[in-house]
Amino acid sequence: MNFYRNLSIKQKQVVWAWSFLAIPVLFYTVIRFYPTFGAVVLSFQEWNLLSDKSWVGLENYQKLFSDPVFWKVFKNTFVYLLIGTPLSLVISFAIAYHLDKVTFMHATIRALYFLPFMTSAVAMAWLWRWFYQPVPIGLFNNILASIGIPQLPFLNSTFSALPSILAPAVWAGLGFQIIIFMAGLRSIPTSYYEAAEIDGVGSWTVLREITIPLLKPTIVFLVVFSSIGFLRIFDQVFNMTTNDPGGPLNSTKPLVLMIYDTAFNAFDMGYAAAQTVVLFTILLIVSLVQLFIMRERKYD
Amino acid sequence: MTNAFDYSRKRIAPAKVIRWTLLALGGIAMVMPIVFMLSTSFKWPHEIYNLKIIPDEPTIENYTYVLEDGRFYQWFWNSLVISTITTISAVLFDSIVGYTLCKFRFRGRMIVFVAILSTLMIPTEMLVIPWYLMAKDFGWLNSYWGIMFPGIMTAFGTFLMKQFFESVPNDFLEAARIDGLNEFQIWWSVAMPLVTPALSALAIFVFLGNWTAFIWPLIVTNDPELYTLPVGLTTFSVEQSVEWELIMTGAALATIPTLIVFLVFQRYIIRGVVMTGIKG
Repeated sequence: MNFYRNLSIKQKQVVWAWSFLAIPVLFYTVIRFYPTFGAVVLSFQEWNLLSDKSWVGLENYQKLFSDPVFWKVFKNTFVYLLIGTPLSLVISFAIAYHLDKVTFMHATIRALYFLPFMTSAVAMAWLWRWFYQPVPIGLFNNILASIGIPQLPFLNSTFSALPSILAPAVWAGLGFQIIIFMAGLRSIPTSYYEAAEIDGVGSWTVLREITIPLLKPTIVFLVVFSSIGFLRIFDQVFNMTTNDPGGPLNSTKPLVLMIYDTAFNAFDMGYAAAQTVVLFTILLIVSLVQLFIMRERKYD
Repeated sequence: MTNAFDYSRKRIAPAKVIRWTLLALGGIAMVMPIVFMLSTSFKWPHEIYNLKIIPDEPTIENYTYVLEDGRFYQWFWNSLVISTITTISAVLFDSIVGYTLCKFRFRGRMIVFVAILSTLMIPTEMLVIPWYLMAKDFGWLNSYWGIMFPGIMTAFGTFLMKQFFESVPNDFLEAARIDGLNEFQIWWSVAMPLVTPALSALAIFVFLGNWTAFIWPLIVTNDPELYTLPVGLTTFSVEQSVEWELIMTGAALATIPTLIVFLVFQRYIIRGVVMTGIKG
């Protein structure tokens, strides 16, 4: 204790700071950084948990890039992203834009849109899976049948299986995006709108020239947030295709499901690690693009 | 005068009424899937094929059946314990780290901050394989600790709390220092009470994240006694295969707790989403 007493106020602060940080620094080193490097190292090895690890150089990556299933999965992952992100952003913006102008029962309507965000993806996957069942079980096909429209195959066709899995993911995420959009809309100074009104500018022009440009930070945040979410889609796919993992002819299989299968069903740890490195690279590129766009904003 | 007033009101009204009606119908459509889940969980097997929301002969038979074997109680308890402990841990650690990085000046501060922030870019899916191997070596498979350890601190929460502690005036901390409080007391009894809205927002996010977490609990447990609710629900649903009224009952049991939490804390939850969206 004498040692501590003899320190200056500034030195005491340093001692406190590092004692607050000791356990967290250990945590981030052991549970975040070390496993990251572990995954990269493992991607150059072959290991099935039982035998000894052996170095194979770039073999896992070569195998991956010449595997047609990987390219199928790669394509699927980007289809989730390229349909999911724009679709959910356009819908949620349209709702937020109008809901922002509604005052009567505003909180109640907002709650209705937000409610699905609070659910577990696993429970909702099974719920939607029931909706998609053929007549006489599934809700959607029963509704179609009652108005005389032929059945749709939903999860059972290579064409419609992926959108069928995407639908509950988009649905459950809308509430979050609506809330963020409305917060963004509220943060635009009303003086801009007043000025536009004095100038007699139409509402479409106001939307295009004022609202959307000023919402850019919100839009960038939501694009990145939802892109990362769709690139990592797993819970819905896993639960909606338990009878046929990855859907008919792998038509719904995303990268994370391929990683899971390779690591925990085939126990091909090195190969799975190489796939996680690819996922990491994709997410890194998405994040860097975001940083780039946000940087640019400062100067305009 | 009154006529003119009425006329202008009526002229504006139709567009507003249409907007309101469409939004309300959209909102109802959003919750319809959940309504059908709840409705089906109260139906007899022969009734699940009709489209009625109110069952002809409502029954709680499904709930009695699903809860009878006791597994759902166990999974519910596991999820509750794991989510609660993880939330307390993450809120405390994230706020003390965020506070330290915000209010202390020392060499290495930026390095620690950037290092923690950079872990945001590492996806969980990349870490699950090394975590699994680690858990296997240390005997953490099939244990609460094994499920919890990756989440006891979060980089996102640390960043969020650092942002919020910026709004705590340094004068307050200095005054407490002069009063003879030590740095831990200053953090706990001066700074923390000033950021309670942020703490509750973070707590809600961490809790919900852990309550619905799927891939890691799926990997780290294979003993049904230790499943969390989502993993348990998956196994249960695969077992039932075509008994949709039972699957819907299981799904409802997993969903109802968060729906109650939402209805009770709605204002705080929405405010929390807004705060994290703006600061995050």
